[in-house]
Formats: sequence, structure tokens, C-alpha cells
Amino acid sequence: MSDVAVQRRELKFKKPGIDRFFHLVVTAGALFSLLILGLIAFFLLYRGFEIFRDMGLSFITGSLWEGSGAPGEPTTYGIAPMLVGSIVLSLVAVVIALPLSIAGALFIEFYTAPRLKKFLVSLLDLAAAIPSVIYGLWGFFILAPRATNWAKSINHLFGWFPLFRVPEPFFDGSPFIGGMVLSVMIAPIITSVAREVFSQTPSDQISAAHALGGRKWSAIRYVALPFGRSGIIGGAMLGLGRALGETVAIYLVVNIVFRTNLNILFTGSGNIASMIALKFGEASAYEVKALLASGFVLFAFTLVVNMVATYIVNMSKRKKA
Amino acid sequence: MSISLNGVVGRGDFERVLKFSVSDGEVLAITGPNGSGKSTVIHTLAGLIPMRSGQLMADDITWDSSTSNTWVEPEHRTCAVVFQDLRLFPHMNVLANVAYGLRARGMHKDEAEQRSQKMLERVGLKSFEMRRPNNISGGERQRVALARALVLEPRVLLLDEPLSAVDTASRSGLRELLPELLSGFAGATILVTHDQKDVEALATATFGL
Repeated sequence: MSDVAVQRRELKFKKPGIDRFFHLVVTAGALFSLLILGLIAFFLLYRGFEIFRDMGLSFITGSLWEGSGAPGEPTTYGIAPMLVGSIVLSLVAVVIALPLSIAGALFIEFYTAPRLKKFLVSLLDLAAAIPSVIYGLWGFFILAPRATNWAKSINHLFGWFPLFRVPEPFFDGSPFIGGMVLSVMIAPIITSVAREVFSQTPSDQISAAHALGGRKWSAIRYVALPFGRSGIIGGAMLGLGRALGETVAIYLVVNIVFRTNLNILFTGSGNIASMIALKFGEASAYEVKALLASGFVLFAFTLVVNMVATYIVNMSKRKKA
Repeated sequence: MSISLNGVVGRGDFERVLKFSVSDGEVLAITGPNGSGKSTVIHTLAGLIPMRSGQLMADDITWDSSTSNTWVEPEHRTCAVVFQDLRLFPHMNVLANVAYGLRARGMHKDEAEQRSQKMLERVGLKSFEMRRPNNISGGERQRVALARALVLEPRVLLLDEPLSAVDTASRSGLRELLPELLSGFAGATILVTHDQKDVEALATATFGL
């Protein structure tokens, strides 16, 4: 063999016209979505920039929303209570929805007969498509009165725990009730994603578990659940994203109060989306800018949540490898 | 324990009439060309595929019978399988893989791990406990699969082409290890292979398909 180092050979070839055209089309499609996202962010930031400039960081950390920006009128806008409310409502929703969704997904995938499975999967897709105003109306008329009593019972039994304490005995329109309605709304999404992931569990791994003496629950616990972990997280984050931005259902069910409320059973809360819906109709030009700035904060926050979720999923996949 | 099969096994469009039995201490090699149904026999014995007709008995216990409509699920059969494609759990380390069957049968974690560690030592993988299946060689994965089956102390050991997934160098090492492991195994062994060298090294009887 010769001692001369082998040089890398770079292959250059011209793609046929149809390949180049198709490449352009799919690239344009991908870039279009990114462009729209970027334009939305730019629009919100551009229109709300004056507020960020005038209020600074206190726009995010402040708790007062008053004034119309008219000359001589003291005006201050701060979205901390609504930002906290967005997080609290979404977390309550995910905490309630996630275990039920995982159980539902496992039931549909591993315990139902094929015909029933098909029916339930279609039902899930339908439930995910129900408009949120319907959930809001159902929540207002059916769930809220019952959930108010449940909140009273929880407070009675567990009121020693700070989360379940109430300063006064008013339980209607609380983050707990809002979170319950949101959980019903996001459960079909999480269940759908989780079921899809569980359906891809390698069947040879399941059969290996059975052949080694594992019963169905053992195969699910040691094979299906670890396999589906990244999908479950992804589904939960999708649900969280939907809950963060929910407007109408929260507007109908929660007692919108501009106050930070960490006592989830106590009346009064709100989120950024419902605040925008509530104030938009009567807002002055300056206040509209503040609402758009709030929209930008919500947009950025949701983006960060999704990036964290992607990071968690990638870390989990890397650990598997 | 003696295990006896008399009937029709099949998968999809494939079907085969079979009759054989194996007793404790025996190693029955089932041989045949590719597509002759060797793996189907293993899957049927393990309970992963039902028999089309006939009977599968383990001593006086019916594991599968079309006449009496009896079917014992795989997790209740006293057998353990080493699959041709090994089917190690990729998300578990070597120790957890070996301990899985014991844990699934209700053994406490500490005891299961202790027994698994001893078994790993027997197959020459003492220091491999924390490694994942993707981070070990094909020969080492084969040993883990063997350890995972033997640690269950089954009455019937089912080996589906145990040396097919390894390179030539590892194969000769395993061919020396297997008789040593099987000599300490009190149950019946059914070995599926198309390699005559495996038959010569391991089998006490053969059955051709």
C-alpha cells in the first residue's frame, strides 16, 4: 500500500431541474411558517415598544394597571398578576389533566378491543376540536357550581396547606375552577399525543417482557412508559401552551380580578389572554399598546416554555442513547 | 419437567405439524433451513403464538390445547426465552435488564439485583452492570440475554439461534461458555439453530424441520 495520504474527493453534481424546484418549494414552505412567526413577534414588539420603553422592567414585575396615558394623567401598567395567573391556571390544568390523560392513553392503547379503540381515538380528535367557548359555557353552567363545593371541601380538609388556604370563604371563579375547565380542554390533546407515542412501543419489547414473566402492567411500566416519556412531555407541553393562551373559557368561568392570587381555591384570578379580551374594547390608544406589549410577553413566554420542553425531550433522548 | 408438543404450529400463512418432547437435562436442537418454522416453534412454546391445533404439555400441566380450549399466558409459563434478536431493553442498564424477570415476578429489588449480579459474574460480565445495551458489543449483549433468561431458573430454556447475532470471534467464545452454563441447568433446553457446529457443541438430541 502507498504511504501517500488519500485526499477527500468532493462530489459536485448538478441537481436535475425538478429536484431543484421541489427543494425550493419545500424550503419556502418551511421558511414561510418561520416568517409568519417572526412577523407576529415583530408586530407585537413594534407596537408595544413604547410601553417597554416607558415602563421598563416594571411592566413585567408591576401589579398596577391604571390610567389611559392621557397627558397629565398618572399611568402605570404592570402585568405581574396576570402573568402569575397565566402560570397558575395552566399548572393547575396540567396537574389535573396529565395523570388522567396518561391513564386514558394507556387504557385506549393497551386495554381496549380494536373496534372500541378506533371509536375512542375518533372521539378524542373530536373533543380536541370543540371550540373553547363551548367548554367555557359548560364550565360556567355545569362544572363551576359543583367545583365550588369541591373547593370548599378541599379547603375544609387541607386548609392547613398554604396552597389550599383562603383569606375569606369565597370560592367561586377561582384558579382551581378555571384550571379544572382548562384541564378538560387540554386532556384530549395530551391523551392523543401520548396514545400515539404508546402505539409505537416496539411490540417485540412488549412480547419480551411477557416472555420473561411480566404481566401487562409490568410491560407497560417497564417498557411502554419509559419509551413514551419524551412523547408524554411533548404532549404535556402542547397542553400547557394551549392553556397559557386560553381566553374565552377563562373569561367565562374565572372571576377576573387584577390581583396576584396564589391561593388557588380563593375567588379571583385571570390570565394575560383574558385580560386583553376584557380591556381591548374600551382601551385608549396608549392602553392598546400596553395590551399588545402584554401579548408579546405571552408570546415570548410560550416560546420559552416550548424551548424548555424541546430541551427536556432532547436530553431524555440523549440519555436513552 | 418434560415438555411435549403434538399438533400444528403456525404463523400467518405458515403451518407445520410437529411432535416432540424434551426432558430435564436434555438439549433438543431443532434444525432446519430458513423459513422452516424454527422461530415459530420457540414463540409457540413461550406462549407468544397459540397453537393452531393439538396440545402442548409441561409435565401434567396443559399450556395450550385446542381440544380443551386451554391457554396459559406466557407470563405464567415456567420457561425463559433468549430471542434471536435478543430484545434487550435499551432504556435499562445491563443489571436492570437481567433483573427484569425477577422484579416482574414480584421479587424485591435488592434480592433481584443480588441474584442478577451473581449471574452476570457467571457469564463473565461482572463489571458491565451499569452499561446500557447500546454501549456493549454483540457478544456481550448475547451474554446479557442469556443471563436474563437463566437468572429466572426456568424449567424450560428456549434458545432461538443464540449465536446468530454475533461475529465469528465472539461465537467461538460463546460456544465454549454455553455448555458450561447449560451443564449447571437442571431443566429442559430447546435450541433452535441452523448451524451444525452449535448442534455438535450443545445438543443431546436433534429434531429436523
